[in-house]
Formats: sequence, structure tokens, C-alpha cells
Amino acid sequence: MISVTSSPIERFGLRFLYVVGRNFLVWRKLMFASMVGNMADPMIYLVGLGFGLGAFMPPISGMRYINFLAGGMLCYSAMNSATFESLYSAFSRLKIQRTWEGILHAPMTVADVVIGEWVWAALKSTLSGGAMLVAMYLLGIAHGWRPLTVMPVVLLIGLAFSGLGLIMTALAKSYEFFVFYFTLLITPMMFVSGVFYPRAALPRAVQVAASFLPLAHGADLARGLTLGLPIAHPVLAVMVLLTYATAGVLVAIALIKRRLLN
Amino acid sequence: MLQVRGLRKSYSGTEVVCGVSFSVAAGQCYGLLGPNGAGKTTTLKCCLGLTAHDAGSIELAGLSIPDAARMARKRAGVCPQFDNLDPDFTVAENLVVYGRYFGIARRAMLERVPRLLEFAGLEDKAKAALSTLSGGMKRRLTLARALVNDPQIIFLDEPTTGLDPQARHLIWDRLKGLRASGRTLILTTHFMDEAERLCDRVGIMDHGKLIAEDAPRSLIDTQIEPQVVEVYGDDVRGFAADIAPRFAERVEMTGETAFCYCRDPAPLLEALQSRAALRALSRAANLEDVFIKLTGHDIRD
Repeated sequence: MISVTSSPIERFGLRFLYVVGRNFLVWRKLMFASMVGNMADPMIYLVGLGFGLGAFMPPISGMRYINFLAGGMLCYSAMNSATFESLYSAFSRLKIQRTWEGILHAPMTVADVVIGEWVWAALKSTLSGGAMLVAMYLLGIAHGWRPLTVMPVVLLIGLAFSGLGLIMTALAKSYEFFVFYFTLLITPMMFVSGVFYPRAALPRAVQVAASFLPLAHGADLARGLTLGLPIAHPVLAVMVLLTYATAGVLVAIALIKRRLLN
Repeated sequence: MLQVRGLRKSYSGTEVVCGVSFSVAAGQCYGLLGPNGAGKTTTLKCCLGLTAHDAGSIELAGLSIPDAARMARKRAGVCPQFDNLDPDFTVAENLVVYGRYFGIARRAMLERVPRLLEFAGLEDKAKAALSTLSGGMKRRLTLARALVNDPQIIFLDEPTTGLDPQARHLIWDRLKGLRASGRTLILTTHFMDEAERLCDRVGIMDHGKLIAEDAPRSLIDTQIEPQVVEVYGDDVRGFAADIAPRFAERVEMTGETAFCYCRDPAPLLEALQSRAALRALSRAANLEDVFIKLTGHDIRD
């Protein structure tokens, strides 16, 4: 009999780390392609829109357009990474490859698997967000150590969007389902959350609606922390992101339990 | 090693397992047989705590299911019906990563991999991508993966479905080896020859109930006439209706073949001599005959 004594991971209920580890090993193999998608893409937008569009734009609250855009793009890229990972990649492991089914035959539970996927997608977000931050330093937008404090917020943004994404994955019958999520939720959210232009430009009702969205709060926090600007409602912003993150993962666990353990 | 008592499970109002009880002693190979939809896979899922049962009790390796399912799965291996090997990893990586889910350290797994690959007959495929493996190789790898934790009991859901005869024989060979090493095997199968070859005991399930249970040989001895004459050809229906019942205890038509079950086939074969249009095959009764007698001739979808 091989010794299967409890490791610290198991004693502290951290078995989800095995799922994170599995995904990391796969990611390492495809690292280059993955990094181009997750990091280069938003940077191209930042440079393209920031300098191109920025040449025609007046300063926003006294800052260059590219500076304004950078804070928003950092949050947008974190959202995108977490969303793609928790939708397409997670769905292929759930349905196409049956990877989760295989894991559940081991001494693992649905909660272990879903929390592992949730954390993993958020870690990919921090990689994308971190790359944007490096770009901001290189372009002279960020200065000193203070902008680094945005990283825990990026992780939280990642957890919020991977929680939401995993709910969609739990409900999806096929990849086509995700088109609804992108078209009806993610894309409009991107335009009302103050990523590309200040929310003050929007009608009052839309501004109120946006104040319930995680991206709006994420963008406010990211912009404030990276540029050293005051943040209007920092505690509220963190609370909203925390709520989306925890509610998202709990609902996803319940839905995936119903889907797989029946 | 496994005790199931009064197991019941419904899906959205339809009961698919209706009061199943059986037990498997350590070191035995137990086969669950039954037509599609009989409740075999659901029974296995309940035994592993992968779905909660509605009534009854299950004890696996001395642990109550589903309360202690995680601990019980630590001691069990599972070879699923559908391939869920990890296509993002090589053959060896599949084993190492799967061992991690059991809390087995990477280094300990790396030491075990050569033996597992040898068991699977994949020694020279350690670094191969999964997409380069044949169906038989994948099934052997899945079986090796079920052994990463050195389990006392192994669940196999249709382990040879979809494999060619050579690949099936290789799997049988490995399963016999596992049984010889003292492990308990629980398998579901549609193949009666497989059950007859491998299982110490079989349970035949139909419509969610266990309708017969015994050693394969005893089932054949007690449930059915010892000899079968299969008759086919022109006007087999007329023969089956008028002539055959005079010489055989029981005659069943399946498609265009008459199955004549009897104690002594000689008189029937003699009666067939004068009928050139009919062809006959005389053989000893087997588990498949028992299975068809008990579950009927209708096709299940």
C-alpha cells in the first residue's frame, strides 16, 4: 500500500491547489501563445487607442487620454483573461475533455474543482493586469511603488469575473451560449463602466446602473491606484467586487454540483 | 469490501435503481450485467458517492457512503466508461498529475510511473502525446491511471466496450492479473463472455432491480436448459412453431433464428436431418442464454 497520509494541503482543505497545479502545468506548455493573447492584445489597444485616438482628445480631468485609458485597460484586460479562462477553457474541461469528471473520481469534490478553476482564472488575470502595469511603467504613465498596490485589486477583479464566468459555464450546453454572455453583458458593461471614457459622459440612469457593475468599480480602483488619484468610494468598490466574487463562486459550485452529481 | 443494501435512486421522478442489494467480498471479481438503462452505471456512481442515493445504505472499504466518500475514494480506483484522460498531457504526465489528486507527491509518482506504464504495456510511450494512442492503448492507460493510489478495490464501467478482440484480450489479461494480486474488482459489462471469464459472481440487473445473482456457472446450471440448438434458414418460423416444441423444452425466436433449449439435443438434430433448407448449430448453454432468458428478447435503447 502506497502511503496516502494527509499532506498539509489536505489538512487545511486546500485540495483546490491540485487543480490550480494541473492548469499551471498545461499553461506552461502553451505559455507563449497564451501570453500573446492575454498580454499583447490589451497593450496593442492601449498604445493604438491611447496615442492614435489620444491625439484628437482633450485632456480628461487634467490628464493625457492615454493615462486615463491605461487604468481602464488594466482592469479590462484582467476581466478578459478571467472571463475567457472561466468560460471557454473551463467549459472544455467540463464537457469536451471530461477532465472534471476524471478529477471527481479521485478524492476530490466539486467545490475543490470549482474553487481551483476560480483561483486559476484569477491568477491569469493578475498576469495580464501585471503586464499592463509593466507597460504603464515603460510608457511613463506609472511612477514609484504606489501603483503596485493595484495588484491585489486585480486579483479581486479576476475572482469576480471568473465567478461570473463559471456560472455561465455551469449553465452552458455548448460554446455558442457564451456569445449571449459577451454580447448582452460583457460588451455593454465595457462601454458603461468608464474604461474608454469617463462615466460622467453617460446619461444619469446609465451611471446609476453602472454603479452596480463590477467593472465600473474595478476601473475606478485600478485608475486611482495606478495614477495616484483619489478614489470616490474605495470601500464600496471593494465590497461590490468581493460580493460578485464570493456569490459567483458559490452559485457556480451549486450549479455544477447539480450538473455533475446527478 | 462493498456492501449495498436496499439502494434506491430516482432521477426527476423516475426510479432507475429500485432496491438493489449485493455484497462483494475482498478479492472477488463481481460483475453487474444488464441491458442499457438497467441502472448499472447509476449503481456504480452511488457506490463511489458521486451521486447521492435516495434510500438504502452503502459501505465501501469499511466506510459509509456518501458521508465518508472522499476517504473511500482514496482507497478505490475507477476506470470510467468514457475516456476522460487529460489530452493536454503526455502519457506519463497523465499518471503523475492524477496521482496529485490523491495527495501523492510528484516525486513518489515519478517513481511509480515506470511500473504503471509496464502494466499498461506503454513503456515506450511515456512521452507520447495522447492523440497518438489507439483506443486500446488509451483504455490501458485509463486502467493504469486507476491504479495510481494502489487501490484495494477497482470499479470498471464497461472496460472493453468499443475495443477490438486483441485489445479486449489484453485488458482481460490485465484484469486477471489484478484479481490474482488480491484486489477486488467491480465491473459492468454487456459482454457475457467477459463476465463468464472474469467474474466470481455476477448480478443481472433489469429495470433497476437485481433479478438474479450467483456464480456464472451456477446461473447456467440452475436458470437454463444445458443445451441449445440454434436453427436458421427458410421457413424457420414454421419449424419453430410446429416441430421444435416436440423435441425442445423451450423455443424462442430472435430475429430469424430459433433458439431451442433442451436437455438432450439428439432427437431435435435428427428431426433436422430431413430438412435441407434449415441449418443448425448445437452448443452448450452459456451466460448469454441466461441473460436473454431473464431480460427478454426485446431491444433496449
